[in-house]
Amino acid sequence: MGLMLTLSSPFLRAAPPTQKAVILATTTSTQDSGLLDELIPLFEKQTGYPVKTIAVGSGQAIAMGRRGEADVLLVHSPEAEMGLVADGAGVHRRLVMHNDFVLVGPAADPAGLAKRTATEAFQRIAASQSPFLSRGDNSGTHAQELKLWKAAGIVTEKQPWYQQTGQGMGQTLAIAAEKHAYTLSDRGTYLALQKKIGLPILHEGDPSLRNVYHVIEVNPARFPKVNGAGARAFADFLVSKATQQRIKEFGIARYGSPLFFPDADVLHADMHR
Amino acid sequence: MDLIWEGLRQALELLLRLDPEVLQITLLSLKVSGIATLLSVVLGLGLALGVALNEFPGKRLVIALMNTGMGLPPVVVGLFVTVLLWRNGPLGFLGILYTPLAIILAQSVIATPIIAGLGLAALQHLPPGLRLQILSLGATRSQMIWLLLREARLPLLAAVMAGFGGVISEVGASIMVGGNLKGSTRVLTTATVMETSRGNFEIAFALSFILLVLAFTVNAVLTHLQQRSRPR
Repeated sequence: MGLMLTLSSPFLRAAPPTQKAVILATTTSTQDSGLLDELIPLFEKQTGYPVKTIAVGSGQAIAMGRRGEADVLLVHSPEAEMGLVADGAGVHRRLVMHNDFVLVGPAADPAGLAKRTATEAFQRIAASQSPFLSRGDNSGTHAQELKLWKAAGIVTEKQPWYQQTGQGMGQTLAIAAEKHAYTLSDRGTYLALQKKIGLPILHEGDPSLRNVYHVIEVNPARFPKVNGAGARAFADFLVSKATQQRIKEFGIARYGSPLFFPDADVLHADMHR
Repeated sequence: MDLIWEGLRQALELLLRLDPEVLQITLLSLKVSGIATLLSVVLGLGLALGVALNEFPGKRLVIALMNTGMGLPPVVVGLFVTVLLWRNGPLGFLGILYTPLAIILAQSVIATPIIAGLGLAALQHLPPGLRLQILSLGATRSQMIWLLLREARLPLLAAVMAGFGGVISEVGASIMVGGNLKGSTRVLTTATVMETSRGNFEIAFALSFILLVLAFTVNAVLTHLQQRSRPR
């Protein structure tokens, strides 16, 4: 027994308790804004779980959750999220934070979007046939944009002024700037890129432009390979008081205003219009 | 244009300062693509020799397939390898998705047909009587193969360079099977894509320049080997 202890103790010391990695599938906005670069090292230090962040669109992140190929999702595509939870592939969906979408476009504003509601703004883009760039990638932003077109009663399919980039928000904003086109962006990515692209915000503040992020754990009962404990730890971390405070302060120093607003305390029902 | 100069300046600065993150990303790119190229040399040259030295039905079809493989799109390879390596997929038990090993695997799939295709062309370009001549002088089969490879070393090294160039520069497979994880699977190309989408164009340019310098250095070494041993 004593021999075993002497033999094993150096090994115990040499190898700190390493936890199984947590695969986080998330949207590009949380990575491109730099928020995750700030939060994830803290989580890793606190819990010992290494995190593998796969930054893709919300559509792909939810699809990965649906197949049990991710452990936890941080996404912003409410309808698709509720579908995932209804199917039983996702559990314990919790509100983390929000920001909002902004409609940006050329400073000359040929469609005249200023001081309109979101619905009117989208109708004016269509009526004036001004170029509009869609993400077209099943991301949360893309889902939101499709919802807004629908609300405005516009069919964008095959319209020459409507183009899809199929790329991330940063790329799409850059292309919109080059092509003097309108596009819908989450505020976080927009603020991070504002100086580089120089497209002004032409419409903001409409309640239908709210951009809500939820954390969802992939159901370990359905997918035995899912790291349920790690996923729960990460979700708990995101909604914890200390993390919520960090989210609140994130970006102020660099962009002059916060990029995300913490919401873990808000009653779930209030967030669903 | 000023962005490019700014990128060049930042690249020099990052390199001279030996920025630990950039250094780690650069070394990982070299390691991953280097190992993938070595694996592909073994597999690709084996395949090329097998096809060059043997006559069998459907040989032309095999050659056509190898030549098609030279143009294998990295994203297609990335998609296949990702699905194979998914933890609920057929090779999920390996547990290597989102690790450097997964990138090595995907890049080997990309580089092997390049080296095999160009290697085969190099071997087939040798004078047809050479093989018989070597054998008639009493060489064993492995001695014969060694002499053939030596004889074709100039185009064969070009094949290796093409294979390395194909994988060090690809991004589609690396980002899918590696996940661009900071400190673990972030290589120069995936970091460039990320910095571009973050709007950090200067850093993206800086990483691009470092990638070009790395590719040049490796190819300069290989070219040196190739030209030194040029038959006179």
